Amino acid sequence: MRIALFITCVNDTLFPDTGRAVVELLERLGHEVVFPQGQTCCGQMHYNTGYRRPATKLAVRFVQTFDGADAVVVPSASCAAMIREHYPRLGRSGSRLSRKVAALAPRVYDLTELLVDVLGVTDVDAYYPHRVAYHPTCHGLRMLGLGDRPYRLLRAVRGLDLVEVGRPEECCGFGGTFALKNSDVSTAMGADKARQAVDTGAEVLCMVDNSCLMHVGGILQRQRSGVRVAHIAEILARTETSEAAVSPTTEEADR
Amino acid sequence: MSATFLGMPPFPEAARAAVEDSQLRHNLHKATHTIRDKRGQAVGELDDWAELRSEGAAIKEHTLRHLDRYLEQVEESVQRAGGTVHWASDAAEANAIVTRLVHGTGQSDVVKVKSMATQEIELNRALEQAGITAYETDLAELIVQLGQDLPSHILVPAIHLGRARIREIFLEHMARWGVPAPQGLTDDPRALAEAARVHLRERFLNTRTAISGANFVVADSGTTVVLESEGNGRMCLTLPETLISVVGIEKIVPTFDDLEVFMQLLPRSSTGERMNPYTSMWSGVAPGDGPQEFHLVLLDNGRTDVLADTVGRQALRCIRCSACLNACPVYERTGGHAYGSVYPGPIGAILTPQLQGMSSETDRSLPYASSLCGACYEVCPVAIDIPEVLVHLREQAVEGPGRTGEKAMMAGAEAALSSPAALEAAQRAASAVRGAVPRHLPGAASAWTDTRSVPEIPEESFRRWWKKRGEER
Ligand code: SF4
Repeated sequence: MRIALFITCVNDTLFPDTGRAVVELLERLGHEVVFPQGQTCCGQMHYNTGYRRPATKLAVRFVQTFDGADAVVVPSASCAAMIREHYPRLGRSGSRLSRKVAALAPRVYDLTELLVDVLGVTDVDAYYPHRVAYHPTCHGLRMLGLGDRPYRLLRAVRGLDLVEVGRPEECCGFGGTFALKNSDVSTAMGADKARQAVDTGAEVLCMVDNSCLMHVGGILQRQRSGVRVAHIAEILARTETSEAAVSPTTEEADR
Repeated sequence: MSATFLGMPPFPEAARAAVEDSQLRHNLHKATHTIRDKRGQAVGELDDWAELRSEGAAIKEHTLRHLDRYLEQVEESVQRAGGTVHWASDAAEANAIVTRLVHGTGQSDVVKVKSMATQEIELNRALEQAGITAYETDLAELIVQLGQDLPSHILVPAIHLGRARIREIFLEHMARWGVPAPQGLTDDPRALAEAARVHLRERFLNTRTAISGANFVVADSGTTVVLESEGNGRMCLTLPETLISVVGIEKIVPTFDDLEVFMQLLPRSSTGERMNPYTSMWSGVAPGDGPQEFHLVLLDNGRTDVLADTVGRQALRCIRCSACLNACPVYERTGGHAYGSVYPGPIGAILTPQLQGMSSETDRSLPYASSLCGACYEVCPVAIDIPEVLVHLREQAVEGPGRTGEKAMMAGAEAALSSPAALEAAQRAASAVRGAVPRHLPGAASAWTDTRSVPEIPEESFRRWWKKRGEER
């Protein structure tokens, strides 16, 4: 299958490893990945903070860039939710934007949805010999309804010991600009989530969204907890060969 | 003296103090999680919860759409049943009506049933200024009143107080208001409840006028409905000679049959119980039985303005169950006072700015008091999409003046994301300084780096890598 990758601005700029992992994984499964050059950002930050006009402009760019794609994969649950759940609210009814959104949005998938629902795989032939704690993020859990898809994928990984973070339904406290505007509350929530992750005894904390991971991971790192973070794509992309090449670093230096 | 929310600081500031109060954090965590889990169990028992929820939302939607008609019907049916209906367009009008009615009875004391509407209009203060003393009779509301405190939860106004503090409040203040607390009072919950019972019993037997709100008003029969757990409300609603109920115009349901849906939704959502302990219903006046004079004050106070907003008006479906407060991870860590409004938590964050406008910085900060995690929407028994309304109100908040830093940041981001070339330039600039990012950043970014490490900026962006990879192939 020919799959268009929407990398998202955060992954593109700060977490290119996640994008490389998506490409590696999908190609390994025998699919073709294309990267439409016109893409930038889904507009979630602007939209959620109240800046509707720039968000709408970015939505227009998105539907133009991905027009006609068979499937669009988004390695971020909140960006996929922005497109599927909020784009329909941006265009006036009957407008060009809302027609384009109606046509495209159903073919936009979070990575785990693409794998399980569209490509029909749960065992992606990955190898990752570590204890991994999984935390379902709010947009994945409540907006996209990812359900057990991430768990099924992770359980099929050879060598992986899967544990769940306590109170999985509870928000980690990132919330986009909330993390800055209400940094005290955001940090209190993130610290609780970090503690729950440490309590599992896991080496790695995994989620389907790098923005939430950046928040909890930032706290874990500042606390020198020893727990690393990884986007689910980076775990699913690992094989015996790549695992041998990139043995996990211990705690990174706190910057 | 009654306390007021007026002049509270914006949410982030008030929240900081709350987050640092470890005793408060502990109390709130325990209380919200207990009731959250209890609700989850009670709701899980019903296999038709989803249908009930959409039915509840649909009944409210329908009623709000035809509110003009139903309001007239309420007026007709209540008057037919021997009650008197009054219309109040705002808080001042409502307070003036109630004051006049109480003066008319010749009394200077009134007992009160727990009511959010009378909190909203600050009725107790208005009565106090007119020489009338209002006695709260809900246990938690009594504690808050005696302690000259403010309520911090819709259902459990004293959720922020532990029992040791409640004991102190009883010992210090009960005597001034009536029957004093017994000597040697302990902080055993039963002893505290007994002290309140004795204190209130005298009040019920000696007060001839009562003021209440209502959970519902049934349009076709003119029936007013109050749900409570203690029976103290029942005392107020049945013993006095005169009863005055102040009710928001959104509390109407069309028929008695509609009530059935909410009698299932409300107790399970608010206290996690299958059935509500005390449900009082009265239609006007019944000769020789209960209050012989009944006044219904229908309160607008901003509600018709909210109705005109097609996105925001779903907030008027609210049945004040407080499930959204108990489910909210922000409320759990800040408590209710940080919201600086009578309605705290997620519902407060969307209702208060709509009812009283967003002229103050405190009101404008409320729509941002959420990580948009959606837990509130998930538990709301009338399916109010609180995150959607929060974002909608944020759109109004950014229309106003100020927020120069934020607007500049958003404009900067807009420019950087306006084309792939612009984004690439920004990414290259970031990569160029990658080794030199300090551990603690200055200015607005310190809100991040005070508590969290920043991710390392990669050598090259994904799109650079993709381009190079294409060239190599
Ligand atoms: S908004 Fe919904 S959950 Fe919150 S108090 Fe109102 S009815 Fe209950």
